[in-house]
Amino acid sequence: MTYPRFTKLLVANRGEIALRIFHSCRDLGISTVAVFSDADAASAHVEAANEARPIGPAPARESYLDVRAVIRAAQETGAEAVHPGYGFLAENASFAEEVIEAGLSWIGPAPHVIRQMGDKQAARDMAVAAGVPVVPGSRRFAVGNAAEVQNAADAIGFPLLVKAVAGGGGIGMSRVDKSEDLHRAVEATQSMAAKAFGDGTIFLERFVARARHIEVQVFGFGDGRAIHLGERDCSLQRRFQKVVEESPAPGLPANVRIEMCDAAVRLARAIDYSGAGTVEFIVDTDSFEFFFLEMNTRIQVEHPVTEMVTGADLVAMQIELARGKLATINQEDVEFRGHAIECRLYAENPARMFLPSPGPLERLRFPAMEHLRIDSGYREGDQITPYYDPMIAKVIVSGSDREEACDRAIEALRKSDIAGVKTNRDFLLSCLDHPDFRAGRVCTAFIGDNLTELVAAMPRPVQSVI
Amino acid sequence: MAKIEVKSDVTGVVWKILVAAGTSLSEDDQIILVESMKMEVPIIAPEDGMLVEILVGEGDAVAEGDVIALMEEVLSDTPSSIEAKPEE
Repeated sequence: MTYPRFTKLLVANRGEIALRIFHSCRDLGISTVAVFSDADAASAHVEAANEARPIGPAPARESYLDVRAVIRAAQETGAEAVHPGYGFLAENASFAEEVIEAGLSWIGPAPHVIRQMGDKQAARDMAVAAGVPVVPGSRRFAVGNAAEVQNAADAIGFPLLVKAVAGGGGIGMSRVDKSEDLHRAVEATQSMAAKAFGDGTIFLERFVARARHIEVQVFGFGDGRAIHLGERDCSLQRRFQKVVEESPAPGLPANVRIEMCDAAVRLARAIDYSGAGTVEFIVDTDSFEFFFLEMNTRIQVEHPVTEMVTGADLVAMQIELARGKLATINQEDVEFRGHAIECRLYAENPARMFLPSPGPLERLRFPAMEHLRIDSGYREGDQITPYYDPMIAKVIVSGSDREEACDRAIEALRKSDIAGVKTNRDFLLSCLDHPDFRAGRVCTAFIGDNLTELVAAMPRPVQSVI
Repeated sequence: MAKIEVKSDVTGVVWKILVAAGTSLSEDDQIILVESMKMEVPIIAPEDGMLVEILVGEGDAVAEGDVIALMEEVLSDTPSSIEAKPEE
């Protein structure tokens, strides 16, 4: 096989992940192209790139989701490769195909693999075939079929989740606790999915009530070989959005960790996976039974915690694999050191039910600390617009053990100075300081169950920042 | 009759207008959905009343505190108003 020796790469994304990818490109001597919407013309990722091209108005569907505009930008600038980052077009198989058809290198797995893993039912079937345990669930149902959906639900038992086949990232999913609520949830999920994804097909899945969300970072070489880079615990979530992530998963028995990582690698091998991917599991907090949830065929928001404990540069590995320059990495070459924690700093107001808080970042200052990494798409003085996600920055720390990492995360957040918008900083501090979190007793219900207490325990009045 | 201003709680873009002018609303009924940072935030009626006018269109940008609709108090059950029932 011959590989393209590209030297110019376009990032089809914005914000912190665009900057993160540019960083690896600089290390590799690759020149960078940014794309931007009208709302992002003055943003940090535009300034950081060697070149930048406008791709449309502020709403994502008219710019960052416009396949033709992105490919045109690549062709006009002479970019030879496209990295999609996460979100937007990152898991859009048609986009990957169009990139390849345009003669550009695609930094990601083969389009048919993206399509297969993006179809939850097909992904589940592949997992079963690869010997990866899955949650009991139903077949898929098109809009209608109320009686059959009801029968399937009764067979699986409650609580269960109604999930859109085309959904993801917490969108197109709802929890149903009792049989009489099923019909309404199914209809709501179908209409939401039809609107958001153009496909109202749903399926049902048993909901593990006390669960942890643990995912395995895999890296495939596209030829049936694959390795893992350990796991991440992402149990601290609010409305299915991750808030705090860490590696390794606290208190996970060694044999379970090995079984999960092996299962993830088996799946990656079975599909000839190429590049960085994440196999997500839900894990029963008591029995440590684990079930395959989905595979994300892209770089993940929380990839830095893995980089902190392994020393790997996952983005550089993706790029070098696409260029045919990645030296073989064997499983035993991957070493794990210490503990890393990532906190997602959001522009939202915990005191008012986490209402989004776009606005001007009048101050944005982080402390100079060892073992601290800040991945942010913003600078002091930038505007946070309402058009995209509310993440201001990822505050990532490492330590020799979990306790040290926790202490450093608290120190880093305490010394962060953000003004102009409301943020969840104090809420994050509350979480990190909570006795259950400190003891590693985490589960996906942690924030929901402790919400009042966590908000009340916020160390500083949230209203004081403006 | 007293006008009630309905203000947006959040900066964002009007995603959906849920009710038409002339609708009679109860406190907390949803009037419009504002999309902000990938979240849909409902803007609700601050009290009971009649929706008189919606001042924004779908796709419009709104800032926190902007008046997005006008309502009118419903007077029939309001003894403190000018048209209060005579004392018996």
